This record gives sequence, structure tokens and C-alpha cells, in this order.
Amino acid sequence: MYLEMKNIYKTFDGFHASNDVNFSVKKGDLAALLGPSGSGKTTILRMIAGLDTPDSGDIIIDNTRVNSLPGNKRGIGFVFQNYALFRYMTVADNIAFGLEVQKKSKAEIRERVEELLELISMKDLGKRYPHQLSGGQRQRVAFARALAPNPLLLLLDEPFAAIDAKVRRELRTWLKDMIGKVGITSIFVTHDQEEAMEVADTIIVTNQGRVEQIGTPEEICLHPQTDFVADFIDAKRYKAITLQ
Amino acid sequence: MAKEIKEAYEQDVVGDGINSLQKVIDPHKNESNHIVKYLLIGACALFLFIMLILPLAVVVINALRDGLAAYKEAVFDEYTIKALQLTLLATVSAVAVNTVFGVTASYLVSKFYFRGRQLLSALIDIPFSISPVIAGLIFILTFGNVGWMGDFLKAHGIKIVFAVPGIILATIFVTFPFVFRELLPVLNAQGKDEEEAAALMGAKGFTIFRRITFPHIKWALLYGIVLCTARAMGEFGAVSVISGHLRGKTNTLPLHVEILYNEFNTTAAFAVSSILVILAVLILIARNLIEWKRK
Repeated sequence: MYLEMKNIYKTFDGFHASNDVNFSVKKGDLAALLGPSGSGKTTILRMIAGLDTPDSGDIIIDNTRVNSLPGNKRGIGFVFQNYALFRYMTVADNIAFGLEVQKKSKAEIRERVEELLELISMKDLGKRYPHQLSGGQRQRVAFARALAPNPLLLLLDEPFAAIDAKVRRELRTWLKDMIGKVGITSIFVTHDQEEAMEVADTIIVTNQGRVEQIGTPEEICLHPQTDFVADFIDAKRYKAITLQ
Repeated sequence: MAKEIKEAYEQDVVGDGINSLQKVIDPHKNESNHIVKYLLIGACALFLFIMLILPLAVVVINALRDGLAAYKEAVFDEYTIKALQLTLLATVSAVAVNTVFGVTASYLVSKFYFRGRQLLSALIDIPFSISPVIAGLIFILTFGNVGWMGDFLKAHGIKIVFAVPGIILATIFVTFPFVFRELLPVLNAQGKDEEEAAALMGAKGFTIFRRITFPHIKWALLYGIVLCTARAMGEFGAVSVISGHLRGKTNTLPLHVEILYNEFNTTAAFAVSSILVILAVLILIARNLIEWKRK
């Protein structure tokens, strides 16, 4: 198991954001945290990244307990919901930032930036600023920036929420392909079951700070284990998607 | 239209509400609005003329009434120069202190959550809501001979009231919120995401401030400094209470103007005023340059 969450509890001002959360993600897996808004999925992601600290429980990455390790020592790439691109830096500088902080050599940085710009097919747009890009392009830059320091775990918070419905489907396929190509263990947060079914290998369904069910899209849709999952997941949509 | 408004807000990198509003209204030139527009422009121009242009013109005309020689004499008078120096000293001190404080406090209030955050933010506004005269009195009651710290200060030979340190303190006090107030909305609009992203990549606090936060706030910061400067130079009330009006020692320019005027030395009073007017105009130009650059 690459990532393990064991008995995680977290409260914000008396609100139970995580209430005994347990799950694990295999190496190379693409997992979705799926649940209605307020179900605690983003909190889980932020705790894995070290942006929030659990009140109790263990976060284990690659067999090491990382609770007290700062986020930047956990080998994590994070794609924020609104991408959080550095708006006063060019696309290339955005991607280079993580490497500069690590004091990599100039030549090495340039090489890696070019490689990533090529990967996201934005080779000629390196000198643009974030506000000159479309939503989809911004997402791709955020993806490249997160990947630049070669993380071992990629976390994406609602990666498609800020994108027009029209191009969303296209980007889903793109992101799934990219993650497959890079071969990085990834977890993304979503409230859209269709998105989770189409993209993820494993779906972790959350509700009111708890994990309701973990399984493949098929298991979740066809064999819901709790009333909540049966209610929340629309099996018909799953069939429609698999038929396509 | 809703989409355009959304886009306009999104593209507004400074997070300045007025600018975004302009962008929303501006693209659609509406013919029927023209009459209203010119009426409003006329009303504004008339008001500005009576309230601002006319008084400023009076200052300049009166200053030069007795000829250029009299003007020069008043401006290069020993006490005027001393007053100008003191004003500049107080202004520079206030701007330096309030810039450091404003940046630190606004960063603290916008990026961290802690108990008493709102209270701190409200406390910083006190100088805006309190009369400057009261502010001066507060310092006399705190640092004066009969004040709380009077005995302590006397024992250590420190003189604050009726001396330069008091004037500097009073100036700092009245200009306290300017930088903070300019920065806070900008920092709040930016959110924490970019800083969090940088921290996750391993950037340290100062690097994050220098590369992520500072580029974002620099124009607002400069703007706050300009406002702070303008206010500091013109401060009268608080400084008047605490200065003791010692010519050549604790007189700032505005106080000097008052003294000259009370001595019926009108020409000199207006001549010294004109120095403040010139400084104000320079600040106004700087302010507009910043506004223009900010876009």
C-alpha cells in the first residue's frame, strides 16, 4: 500500500470533518474521493498534503508515518481547485518554481520545464501569464507545476470544477491519460459521480466525515454496501457510461 | 451579461471592486445615458471648483500678493526651514514605522486565523475614528509630567511631550491605519492558495513573501505609503496638542502656518502654506502615476 489513512479524526470548531477515516491507496492507483459537498473529502486531501493536521490517527506514506513531516517533505504534488497558479509569474516560471526552491541547477530546471511544457502540449506558451490562458490550459499548467519536482503522489482538489462543462469531458480523458503516462499514484476529489466513474480506478465514497465504501466503480455502482451509497450513486448513469 | 461580469471580476488581478465595475459598465456605451453623464460631470466639476480649486488658487494668489521677494523671504525664513525639516522627519518616521507595521499586521490578519483577529483589525482603525486632538491628549496624559509614565521618563531623562519624539509619536498614531487598510483587501482577495502551493513546494516564509505576496501587494503598498505621507505632512490636531509650539524646535509646517496667521502675517502664512500645497500636488501626481501603473 502506498498511502494508508488510519483512524483519522479532525474537527473544526466542533464540526467533525473527519470521523474515523480509514482507507488505503495502492501504488500506481488513480483513486477518487467522492462525496457530497461538506462530506470531508477536501479535508482528507489537505491532511494528506500536510496543509491540515489530523487531531488523531496515522497518515502513512510508503510505510512511513508522516503526520509530523511538513508537506514539502512528503513527496507530494498538489493541484488546487482554482489551480492557484502564481499570477505574477509566467507559465515557465510557475513550473520552475518548485525546482528553484530545491536549488536545482539552471540547466536542469530549463530542461525539466521544457520537457513538461512538451508533455502538456504548451511548448510555445511558456512566456504567457496565467490570466492569458484558458481554463483548460491553466489546469494543464497546474498539473505540470505539481509534477515538476517529481513527486510520488499527486493530489488534485476538484480538478474539473473550474472548467466549462463543454471541455470538461475532454480534459477528463486527457488527465486520465496523462496520469497513466506518468505512472504516478494519484488521488482526486470530486462531487461528480460521473467524473469519478469515468476517471478513477478506485472510488472512496465519503459522507459526513466518514468513508462509506471503497471499491472499483463497478462495485460501488452495482453493489452499494450502505443506504447512503445506494441513494447517492445512480446505477443507471453507470450503465450508461459503460455502454458508451 | 452575467458571464461578462464574472469574467471581468476574474480578470481583475488587483481585486479592486471599482475597477471591475468600470469594466462591466464601460463596454456597453449607452446613448441615453449621455445626458445624465454630462450632468454628473458638471455637478462634480462645479463642486470641485468651489471646494478645492478656488481655495488652492487663493493660497497661491495671497502668497504672491506682496511680490516674489516677500514670498522668498517667508519661505526661506529660518523658522520655516526648521518647521519643514521637522515635518519631513515626522513624515519619514511615520511612513517607515507604519509601512513595516501595516505589512506585518495585514499579512497576519489575512493569512492566519486566530482568536481576536477581528478585534485586532478593529483596533487598528481607532486613529480613523478618534479626533486627532484626543489623540494628542492621550499622549500628554501618558507621557507628560503628570502622566502615567511621567515619573519613569523624568527619572531617565527622556522628554517626549513638547519635544520632537512626541510629534513623531502623534504623527505615527494618526497615520497608523493607512498602509494596513490599503493592503488588507488586496491580501484577502488573493486568498491563501498561492502561498500554500509555494509552501508545499518547499518555499520558505521569506521566499514566499518576496516572490508570491509582494508582487501582488506592491502597488497597494505604494498607494498606502502615499496616502500615509500626505496625511502625515498635513497633520495638525494631534501634533498641535503635543508640540507646545516652540518655534524652531517643535513647530511643524502646519503649526507654523497657524502661528504666522495668528500674528496677522498673512502673506507669510500663505507662502508657507504654498509649500504644503506643492508637496500635496507632488503626492497627487505620484498617486495618479501609481493608479495608472497599477492597471
